[in-house]
Amino acid sequence: MRKNIILAIFLTVISAIIYACQNASEIELSTYISNGKDIYRANCQNCHGENGEGLGELAPPLTDSVFLEKNKSKLACYIKNGTDQPMTINGKTYQGKMPAFPKLQTIDIAQVTVYITNAFGNKQGMYKYEQVAKDLQECK
Amino acid sequence: MRNLFAIIIVFTLCSCNTEPERLPFMQMEVVENVVDGKTVQDTTFRTIPDFKLYNQDSTVVTLKDFDNAIYVADFFFTTCPTICPIMHRNLLKVYKKYEHNNQVKFASHTIDVKYDKPSVMKAYAKKLGIRTKNWEFLWGTRDEIYALAERNYMVYTKEEAQAPGGFAHQGYLILVDKHKRIRGAYDGTVDEDVHKLMADMDILLKEK
Ligand code: HEC
Repeated sequence: MRKNIILAIFLTVISAIIYACQNASEIELSTYISNGKDIYRANCQNCHGENGEGLGELAPPLTDSVFLEKNKSKLACYIKNGTDQPMTINGKTYQGKMPAFPKLQTIDIAQVTVYITNAFGNKQGMYKYEQVAKDLQECK
Repeated sequence: MRNLFAIIIVFTLCSCNTEPERLPFMQMEVVENVVDGKTVQDTTFRTIPDFKLYNQDSTVVTLKDFDNAIYVADFFFTTCPTICPIMHRNLLKVYKKYEHNNQVKFASHTIDVKYDKPSVMKAYAKKLGIRTKNWEFLWGTRDEIYALAERNYMVYTKEEAQAPGGFAHQGYLILVDKHKRIRGAYDGTVDEDVHKLMADMDILLKEK
């Protein structure tokens, strides 16, 4: 009997911890997304559009989930340093010049990346500050 | 009963139409002249003076090319990282609305005359999705463009190292009537202003 009670308490505590952790990471994700949205509006929306639709062939859309997933580790570099390499988005080749955003801090870049990869039909979850910091060291 | 309803609708429509709306003049000047010893007041409207610029096909464009048309003028540069994409995203909506109306034209002047040569503007226009002739991307000497901007279209433009992209300018869309008089100025980065521009263009098109 006593064993069972202890076991029950143990299980309850464990599940509470798991639940709390999950909640914390969900809260973190939604904080990233809502801050990221503000950063997007202020810096990116002029070219990439309110719904990530892009602007003609001047700026590519942000709706190609496969591209974003595949190039996840490069996104931070694109944002921090700009880019002018040809890239194929939704089957169409774009070559333009995206300006650098040297003023954006690593945390801002993490948040705006999480926003664009979870908006416009994308759903790719969290992308942590620490990972972005690592990716930024690999920029070419 | 149904007839009565129809009559009321027709009546309402008519009463709206009795006084045609008219757009204001932006640069009206009252000049006092002395005629036969008496002072007479004369109202004059400033007009856009003739210019000679080059478009995206390197063809000469003068004010004559805007005869019998109303047009929207703006100042931008192709590498502008901030407001120009918003202005042109909005102006593209206006262009689409009047794409097949040869009484409507567009004149986008570059303020980065060093980089935005006609060939660069041509690539830009193509990427924006402009296929017809009624949207001209105009290039000229620095002095010509800046004088037009400030003296005639009243848009602030300046080379400024600190500004994003190297140029400071305002995002106004200037509406000019068939007699080359300015009839409205709209902030091309504000949605409501752009809707107002389109409504005003419909009014202006009805004017003789
Ligand atoms: C002045 C216009 C402009 C602004 C502002 C801008 N971009 Fe871009 N962006 C571009 C262009 C042009 C490209 C394509 C670059 C190339 O061809 O190499 C691009 C490419 C991208 C790509 C990769 C391609 C894709 O469509 O998935 C991402 C991701 C991106 N931008 C995100 C951002 C974010 C985030 C911001 C804001 C911090 C931003 N951009 C601001 C013009 C812009």
